[in-house]
Amino acid sequence: MREVVIDYEGEPIKAREGECVASALVAHGVKVFRETAKRGEGRGYFCGIGRCTDCVMIVDGVPNVRTCITAVRDGMRIKRQKGLGSWER
Amino acid sequence: MGEVGEMISKEVAVIGAGPAGLNAAIEAARLGAEVVLIDENLRLGGQLTKQIHKFFGSEQHGAGTRGIDIADGLIEAARSLGVDLRPRTVVWGLYDGKILALSDEERAYRLSAEAIIMATGASENAVAFPGWTLPGVMGAGAAQTIVNVYRVLPGERFLIVGAGNVGLIVGYQLMQAGATVVSVVEMLPSIGGYAVHASKIARYGVPIRTSHTIKEVRGNGKVEEAVIVEVNAKGQEVLGSEETLEVDTVCIAAGLTPLTELAWIAECEHMYIGELGGHVPVHSRTMETLVPGLYVCGDASGIEEATTAMEEGKIAGISAVETLGHLSRDKALELRSACWERLETLRTGPFGSHTAEAKQRLMMRAGKTVRQNLSSIGGL
Amino acid sequence: MKSTVVTCGVLSKSELKVLSGVPSEERLKKGPVAVVECNQEIPCNPCQAACPREAIRVDTLTSVPVLDEEKCNGCGTCVAPCPGLAIFVVDMTYSEQEALVTMPYEFLPYPEVGEKVDGLDRSGRRICEGTIEKLKTPKKNDRTAVVSISVPKKYGMEARAIRRRLS
Repeated sequence: MREVVIDYEGEPIKAREGECVASALVAHGVKVFRETAKRGEGRGYFCGIGRCTDCVMIVDGVPNVRTCITAVRDGMRIKRQKGLGSWER
Repeated sequence: MGEVGEMISKEVAVIGAGPAGLNAAIEAARLGAEVVLIDENLRLGGQLTKQIHKFFGSEQHGAGTRGIDIADGLIEAARSLGVDLRPRTVVWGLYDGKILALSDEERAYRLSAEAIIMATGASENAVAFPGWTLPGVMGAGAAQTIVNVYRVLPGERFLIVGAGNVGLIVGYQLMQAGATVVSVVEMLPSIGGYAVHASKIARYGVPIRTSHTIKEVRGNGKVEEAVIVEVNAKGQEVLGSEETLEVDTVCIAAGLTPLTELAWIAECEHMYIGELGGHVPVHSRTMETLVPGLYVCGDASGIEEATTAMEEGKIAGISAVETLGHLSRDKALELRSACWERLETLRTGPFGSHTAEAKQRLMMRAGKTVRQNLSSIGGL
Repeated sequence: MKSTVVTCGVLSKSELKVLSGVPSEERLKKGPVAVVECNQEIPCNPCQAACPREAIRVDTLTSVPVLDEEKCNGCGTCVAPCPGLAIFVVDMTYSEQEALVTMPYEFLPYPEVGEKVDGLDRSGRRICEGTIEKLKTPKKNDRTAVVSISVPKKYGMEARAIRRRLS
């Protein structure tokens, strides 16, 4: 299984080629993927099937990416998002 | 609709590459149709890719074979039959019952097909209780995916809410992955899943508490403990019965609901049938909905099993090819009968007979409504 | 309310008594024999196909399996193919003091032959000590190991799981 390195909040973490971003983060001990707009409450992996949007994060500058159905890629940049997030381009 | 990317055309488009969709695609391709199989996930196989346990049913349905191996076999069969396989592709629109709007990682485009088969499966039900939004609360199927497919444990001490087959099987698989399943709670007074699934975790020390449910989950930014309570026959909390369990993950296994957005968009008539999981598209014995050329099969047409999904997929594939004109009515009837015979056998016994009856009601509605839509194919 | 397999996952004594897959006391005394602990009408029949002696009958797809205790010689071929992991082989004649209980096992790492383990009953309670006597993992079993443990004879029809004593 080929290993790739992704960037999570500035920290390089190892991931496995073919896995989804969510599982790479959970394997790394990350539980909070984003914070809600109003109360800043943490949300994380919930449905695992791309339906609930609890797991969305800013991936390579694009917000609201469903990390549970998005594959990791070498060099991918992942950031927690607050509320609906914002574009970072 | 306006111009969105290029327009390609295929004879048969199958949406969803789980057991139903794969079988629909294989059957249609085997009968000579040009087939495209689309799935929004990273891999094809649907729920089969998470099923590391041996299947029940009969030999024809892969009984004794692990779901993951059944998936591999089906994907290989589809590939070798020349089915155009498109994973990582979302179908986000369905226009005029004929045109799909899709997008993948690179572009959006349109696909027109003479027959469209919706095999979009189901989603897990969420149960709301205080603390349910804390990280660490997730669907049982979600836990199953991250553990069985990605080999990552999302926690160490689990509470499972719901003793249907999903809750029981996921409990077992969590134990296989090295986790501790602290308990399974089931609101009803009896276990809804197969007794053998319950027995194989009970003998390894997992308490299955019927007439119990989850009251609350607590923790500082994540799950740290769960409070369960006993409930009476009316589902009311028995006062003073709270128990606090030290867990870091709570898996909800409270049933599935068919994923029918595309059917709604296409204006298929639906019927609400609780035994099938909620609103399901009305369909006939050919698996055609009331929108001509639009078929549904598998969990999207009613929550059931992988084995029945496979048979329904085959029926839909056969019917789609009949629509194209590649298959005579007689030959189609003959092929469908074989599938129906197997379906009816699977739907016997106390577990299957409820679904058989529910499906009958659904198909009777199809028969009553708009007969002229079915005249070109004919009911079975 | 009485505990039954559908209220807690554990087959009660009275449920076991009427199970068509459970052999009689007399048969158990004669030597190894299969014990098919499956009491529901679910669509499932690999056990019937697995038995080389046609000692397990599942008449229709959903029938509860019926054991022919005279045809059965306790070979254990049926243990691994059962998707419900509900079939065991019990040999009450293993030795003067011990019974041999053979069970399906799907947890890694596998135990070692000779290892001392806790013998658990159907509700996961430790009832005795057991010794791993055999461990079989043939390819055709498709990753279901078949483990045999020796336990004090009186637990032959009780011990149904093991707990390894790993520290």
